[in-house]
Amino acid sequence: MTIFNKYCSQKLNLIFTFILLFLVGCSQNEQNMSEITFWGMGSEGESIQKLIPEFERLNPGIKVKVQMIPWTAAQEKLISAYASENLPDIFQLGNTWVPQFVALNSIENLDEFTSKSKIVKKESYFEGIWNTNEISGKIYGIPWYVDTRLLFYRKDILQKAGYNNPPKTWAEFYDVSKKIKQNIGNDDKYAVYLPVNEWAPFVIFGMQAGSKVLKDNDSYGNFSGAEFTKGFEFLINFHKENLAPIGISQVNNVYQAFAEEYFAMYISGPWNIKEFKRWMTGNLKDKWMTAPLPSPNSDSIGISLAGGASLVISKNSKKKDAAWKFIEFLSLPSTQLKFYELANSLPAVKTAWEDPLLQNDPYLIAFYTQFHSVVPTPKIPEWEQIAFSKLQQYAELAARNSLTVNEALKNMDKDVNIILEKRRWLLEQNNAK
Amino acid sequence: MQNKTISAYFFLAPALMAIFVFFFIPVIAAFIISFTDFDIYSLSNYGNARFVGFDNYLRLFYDPLFWTALQNTFYFVIVSAPLSIMVSLTAAIMLNSKLVKFKSLFRLNFFIPVITTLIAVAIVWRFIYHPKFGFLNYTLELVGIESIDWLGDPNFSMPAIIIMSVWKNFGYNMIIFIAGLQNIPEYLYEAAEIEGATGFQKFKFITIPMLAPTTLFVGIITMIGYFQLFAEPYIMTQGGPLNSTLSIVQYMYQEGFRWWNMGYSAAIAFVLFAVIMIGTIIQMKIQKNANV
Amino acid sequence: MKKITLHIFLIIAGLLTLAPFIWMVSASLMNDGHASVYPPRFFPDEVTFIQFERLFSRLSVSRNLLNSVIVSFLVTFISLIFNSMAGYAFAKYRFAGKDKLFSLLLSSMIIPAQVTMLPLFLMLKSFGFINTYLAIIIPGMANIFGIFLIKQYAMSIPDSIIESARMDGASDFQIYWKIILPLCTPILVTLAIFTFMGTWNDFLWPLIALTDSSMYTLPVALANLMGEHTKDPELMMAGSVITIIPIIIVFLALQKYYIKGIMMGSVKE
Repeated sequence: MTIFNKYCSQKLNLIFTFILLFLVGCSQNEQNMSEITFWGMGSEGESIQKLIPEFERLNPGIKVKVQMIPWTAAQEKLISAYASENLPDIFQLGNTWVPQFVALNSIENLDEFTSKSKIVKKESYFEGIWNTNEISGKIYGIPWYVDTRLLFYRKDILQKAGYNNPPKTWAEFYDVSKKIKQNIGNDDKYAVYLPVNEWAPFVIFGMQAGSKVLKDNDSYGNFSGAEFTKGFEFLINFHKENLAPIGISQVNNVYQAFAEEYFAMYISGPWNIKEFKRWMTGNLKDKWMTAPLPSPNSDSIGISLAGGASLVISKNSKKKDAAWKFIEFLSLPSTQLKFYELANSLPAVKTAWEDPLLQNDPYLIAFYTQFHSVVPTPKIPEWEQIAFSKLQQYAELAARNSLTVNEALKNMDKDVNIILEKRRWLLEQNNAK
Repeated sequence: MQNKTISAYFFLAPALMAIFVFFFIPVIAAFIISFTDFDIYSLSNYGNARFVGFDNYLRLFYDPLFWTALQNTFYFVIVSAPLSIMVSLTAAIMLNSKLVKFKSLFRLNFFIPVITTLIAVAIVWRFIYHPKFGFLNYTLELVGIESIDWLGDPNFSMPAIIIMSVWKNFGYNMIIFIAGLQNIPEYLYEAAEIEGATGFQKFKFITIPMLAPTTLFVGIITMIGYFQLFAEPYIMTQGGPLNSTLSIVQYMYQEGFRWWNMGYSAAIAFVLFAVIMIGTIIQMKIQKNANV
Repeated sequence: MKKITLHIFLIIAGLLTLAPFIWMVSASLMNDGHASVYPPRFFPDEVTFIQFERLFSRLSVSRNLLNSVIVSFLVTFISLIFNSMAGYAFAKYRFAGKDKLFSLLLSSMIIPAQVTMLPLFLMLKSFGFINTYLAIIIPGMANIFGIFLIKQYAMSIPDSIIESARMDGASDFQIYWKIILPLCTPILVTLAIFTFMGTWNDFLWPLIALTDSSMYTLPVALANLMGEHTKDPELMMAGSVITIIPIIIVFLALQKYYIKGIMMGSVKE
């Protein structure tokens, strides 16, 4: 009996010790003073790995460990990493996400670094883009690459409608669409592609009409205000007048649809250039172009949204200086150009645009112009939810005529005000202090 | 039977402690959280969470996206649960036939989808459904049906997910039905045959009633499982197009782990719980009435 | 005649059931782009292992494979001990509140696991367990269905065996360890496969609880891959093959027990 007991407990002990050792071993991350971790998203996370050897050569003693996270789950991953205190030293953030991470108090204010830096200077960047990283006057992220939305159009179709140049004003935009649709006749083809599951154009046109989207210190929705209504209604009319397809399911592949003349104009971003080039081949090769957005009046180009990604440093990082060195390296015009070659991401540093590589690409000219007229979306953590879940929902309802424009925007404000209730409460709390 | 309370508790302790701490407490906590506005601000500072009473539940009531998710989930459950049970039963009856050879081989064959990782097969099916290069459309074209954009068309996205889940799950219930069929005493059929019953009559008057308890069980577990639809849309459609495959669990996940509205998300979870409970009770009632 | 049609039907149905797997394996052996052609190809024109090479060399799938194996084994081992102890107590002991306790457990099986995820996340976060193996192991340590299975099975063990062991001076724990466990082997194997497969295939919880890609289990890694390589079906198929193969091997080896377990679970309470 005692022998059995001993044998048994020994065995159990052994097993449990093994498990414990194992678990402890696994939950401890290897600490290496000189290693910084970087999280990049999607293909950018993959491309950046090719830049690491150069950085490590220039900075002996610093090693960079790159981890790739997919765009589809990026935000969830980042926030749960924050919650579990597992954020990397340095990571990539879509610049509209910066406010969330500032609200979480999880990323470092970089003013101290930029004031001393010879490489990262505010003047080197497009103003509107830099601005997205500034919250309450403090800088939290350094623009890595930039994007914005502008007009992709079919030269040949516009020409047939009597437009040798892309539309410069809303009136022209509407007029050319009307004419294109007339030329099409009854075919199931359209002038513009304005999918309701892309919120950006609706915000852009609202802002162009002068709306600030939110009001009272970004604590109430301002969608039903006159300005936003004007821009929103202008776009929804394209759906109502059959100038743009209402459903999104007909368009399986945007590029193919563009090549097949399913639509002639599309408001979208630089990530499309490569794919359009791939699809528009043969005699279609020079039949398309990019142009800055039309504006409500003719004296300037229309504003667009400041997009792209920024580099941020985690507040908990113990290697902030090394992380900053890496940011500086990524911000060098030469690195920016290399990264453009690798990932097709447009440089955030203006001097990089002087390189022939970018100069000689006719499709980028409009982007360069557009980047001088970009504005950020409201810099509050709730914005993503407002845009993705609410704006798209109401744009669809209005486009399908389930609600009038005014009803849709009123309901939109109601929903947005519920989302922002917490923000108002927090602002009050702060004021009370 | 041993009457030693202390030893009993010794044996129970590890499992019950684990279940209590990591299941019951979270359930209670979730219930409490569902009455607060716990959100991204509260994540960095718990003091930023407030009690809001029934607000979350009231908001749900007026949330069109929630109703869409609920509707989609019901659509999925109501179509695919009976469908997969029917397929399971058919397979079970065929495999139970005395005429069939290599029964265990066929059984194994039909069972393979059940054990395989959902994520992996969802990925495979995504390509099977590919509008251009997928096998399904290719086959349909061969018989003259125009190609369908299965996962891109809001009218076909849910059917696509239903087809895949039936394929994935029917084997499980098939096994249970086979067990149920084997429990039906042979003499009942023999007696019926003597009285000249047709095959269909035997099925209707012997098989169906005798399988009733099994069917109830199968119905309940299938329903419970199907109400928790998540991974299929997560991988294949992300809830789209136009939210046509957004399920309750996915909406819960989105609200909770994408927008970090944990209070709201917890309320969704409890509505799901309530729906499942009501569904179970209804099924049991129906079964009882049918038996009387 | 009837016999032949029945068999033909079954064979066709069987092939249809297997077709997605066959295509998965075959596409995983294709070169880049060969699975995205029209008309679709069922078999590779040239077999290559390049996709698997990429998975292991560039995307370090071996690490994810290891995570899956470790986590699944540990959860299976721990939960087997915990569940069998509790199941045995419910089957063979009399104690205050037993029936109430058991029916409370049974009825709580209806609570969907999703309900617990948020608080569990916060709880494990405060312990610092998020993004460690513990985050997956801890919630899987005990499981009501497992206790139920063991209880059902252990009830069929005659009391006389236990009593005679007690006469010989065996302690409670010895009886459990030396007599009950060996007698329960079949149901333990069943439960082991259930738990192993459940853990191996689990997706939602690991997706939430593991943040670092070096900690991902295979399904999460696969979903991660899916986000980025939608345009590489061949690579995705190779990933699916790696995820599925171990589970199919385990199943084929122990299928008898698994199927028995399903049947037992369905026995009316």
